[in-house]
Amino acid sequence: MDVPLSWYLVVAAALFCIGLYGALSRRNAIAVLMGVELMLNAVNVNLIAFWRQIEVARLGLSGQVFAMIVITVAAAEAAVGLALAISVFRNRRSVAVEDVDTMKL
Amino acid sequence: MEETFFNLTWLIPLFPLLAFAIIVLWANENRRLSTWIAWIGIGLSWILGWIVFFSTFAATRELTPPRGVYRLPLYGIPAGSTELQLGFQVDTLTGVMLFMVPFVCLMIFIYSKGYMNFGTAEVDPRYSRFFAYISLFACGMLGLVVSDNFVTLLVFWEIMGLCSYLLIGFWFDKSYADPNRITPKQAGLKAFLTTRIGDTLMLAGILLLYSQVGTLTFREVFSEETLHTLATTYAFGGVPWATLIALLIFGGAVGKSSQFPLHVWLPDAMEGPTPVSALIHAATMVSAGVYLVARSFPLFVAVEGGVQLAVVAFIGAFTAIFASTIAVAQNDIKRVLAYSTISQLGYMIAALGIGAYVAAVFHLIAHAFFKALLFMASGSVIHGVEHGHHAGVHGHHEPHDERSAEFDANDMMNMGGLLRRMPATGWSFIIGALALTGIFPWAGFWSKDEILADAWNSFLHGGHFGVSSNWAFFVWILLTIAAFLTAFYTGRQIFLTFAGKPRTAAAAHAPESVPSMTAPLIILAVFSTFLGLAGTPWANQFYHLIGEWADVAGHEIAHGEFSLTIALVSTGVALAGWALAYLIYGLRPLTVAVDPLRRALGPVYKWLENKWYFDEIYNAIIVQPLIRLARASFVFDRGVIDAIVNAVGAFGRWIAGWLKRAIDNPIVDGAVNGVGRLTAWFGEFMRATQTGNVQNYLLVAAVTVVLLLALFLVRGG
Repeated sequence: MDVPLSWYLVVAAALFCIGLYGALSRRNAIAVLMGVELMLNAVNVNLIAFWRQIEVARLGLSGQVFAMIVITVAAAEAAVGLALAISVFRNRRSVAVEDVDTMKL
Repeated sequence: MEETFFNLTWLIPLFPLLAFAIIVLWANENRRLSTWIAWIGIGLSWILGWIVFFSTFAATRELTPPRGVYRLPLYGIPAGSTELQLGFQVDTLTGVMLFMVPFVCLMIFIYSKGYMNFGTAEVDPRYSRFFAYISLFACGMLGLVVSDNFVTLLVFWEIMGLCSYLLIGFWFDKSYADPNRITPKQAGLKAFLTTRIGDTLMLAGILLLYSQVGTLTFREVFSEETLHTLATTYAFGGVPWATLIALLIFGGAVGKSSQFPLHVWLPDAMEGPTPVSALIHAATMVSAGVYLVARSFPLFVAVEGGVQLAVVAFIGAFTAIFASTIAVAQNDIKRVLAYSTISQLGYMIAALGIGAYVAAVFHLIAHAFFKALLFMASGSVIHGVEHGHHAGVHGHHEPHDERSAEFDANDMMNMGGLLRRMPATGWSFIIGALALTGIFPWAGFWSKDEILADAWNSFLHGGHFGVSSNWAFFVWILLTIAAFLTAFYTGRQIFLTFAGKPRTAAAAHAPESVPSMTAPLIILAVFSTFLGLAGTPWANQFYHLIGEWADVAGHEIAHGEFSLTIALVSTGVALAGWALAYLIYGLRPLTVAVDPLRRALGPVYKWLENKWYFDEIYNAIIVQPLIRLARASFVFDRGVIDAIVNAVGAFGRWIAGWLKRAIDNPIVDGAVNGVGRLTAWFGEFMRATQTGNVQNYLLVAAVTVVLLLALFLVRGG
């Protein structure tokens, strides 16, 4: 029995919202990063769901490829983000997002 | 073969020019090097000049001006519809000048080394500069004689004018206790300004000539057709263009050759160093004026019996006699020679005025040699007396010579008995004097006699070129009297300077000059003695060179005929002058510094001593009115022009102030400030959104996306 597309979309939307909420509300920069990762994975769920629905019949691979690229980028982003967090922590002894507001001036 | 050398003519003025440049730029510090560079420069010009001169002998028929001219066109300047041709030329007249100018210059250059005290403690501090100036001067004169057109002629003419200014004022830091005595600086200025009057006239003449014929090349201007056109077209009234232009060009010659009424600069120019007097005021620059008239001779005779020849003859003859009267009462050894020069130049000009072209050129050449000799000999005398003054006063301490702090080494009253002290100088001076006074067989006899004979023959047989015979007689009379006066003042000079016993300790201790000064004197003395033989009536080389083949406006140049009567008359007159001088000054040489003529002539002597009061007259009628005019102009300038200018300025300031208050402050400034304030306020407002908190930005982005999404959904897109 096939799971209908809408279910995937609902799961993905929920995941995205949770990620967005995390990114917006958490004070810890690492938690913000984790929220961003959640949002990216919500997108991946969507990509795969749509691929399954539309492309699989035509033997296309674009959805999967796209998802792979997103995962790769996410990994790179996590690496850069964590490095930034460490760098910020070294300078300020804190990874609270609201403390990092030097762009204000 | 000749042509090769002719094509190198342009090098002749270039050598001294290079010498000038090298001395000024590099050799300034080294006196010995400067001397040698100047000598080599003029020496090369001399060698090339003489080669060219002797080459012209081979082809006098082809090379006699105005028709036969070997031209070297250099370039043409486009000028409207015509082209100004510039270049050099060789003809026999140029050749004759090239015989005289570089050689006399060379002698003067050699002499200058000793005169400027080379190698002694008193060496002139501007020694190298002096050699640079005289080299540039030589360039000017040589360029002048090889020019083939009026433009470069005028350029070189003015180079000489500049150099004469620089050289007359060479000792510009000299000043005298007597405030009425002219200083070298003032003399230079005077020479420059006075000659400038003539030059302005000459420039006007040249411009008119160009406007009429469209060319300034000698060969084209003096061609028969051009002259015919100039003689038959009229400027205004009944004055043909030829007459007007000739008179204007003659103005330049009057200034440069120091003729009445522009003669006043030359005597004062004696303030310069003596080699300069010899160079500028005897041999070269003053003869440039005569050369100009000789060169433009076809123009002067284009109109038969025109007023221009009469003017030339009158100015020349009058100058000859009036300058010689002044020379009689001068005590400055160089000033006597200066007036003598003016007088002799008057002879040449007068000769040209009666059509005695060959005689004038002959006298020009001969005079250059013996007058340069006389000037340099007088310089040697002055030099000796100056040294004698130092030796006498500081060495031997003879009290009677310390009467004045300012000892005048130029004053003949301070001399006497110098022949024994300075034999080489003295004898060459005497030879120069014999040549000047026209004693057989020295150069002056032949050249001056030719002028007088031409004048006399014009009287007897009718003049050339329509000169009336009465006019020729008038010229002859004046020139003959001038010859008498010449002999008299020259004799006076000789007896005062060389005869008798020294009247001051300075003269008693005067040493003979160094060989580099006496050698040129001796060489020039030899030339003064034998040069006349080139122009004897039986074998007149000058006539052969410049007269025989000349075709001046369709006329031939007459062969100056020898007249025994005239020869006897002029010799008699000259001997009478010498005899009179001997009676007054020679028989019983002066022992006190008072001229016996002063008592004998009374007020006339005073009048002559003050040079006919020409300086005073010019001061009264030209200088003082000009000063008054300048003062009046100054008052007018202050009172009226400045007031108007200030009023305009104040009005402008008032207008500007009003505009500032009415427009600039409220409107322009308001707009600018308003824009600024608005920007500041907006920036302040927008600033609140920039929290620097990443999560805020993200929230805004998310909300925006949601809103956009909602928008698309609502619009169904």
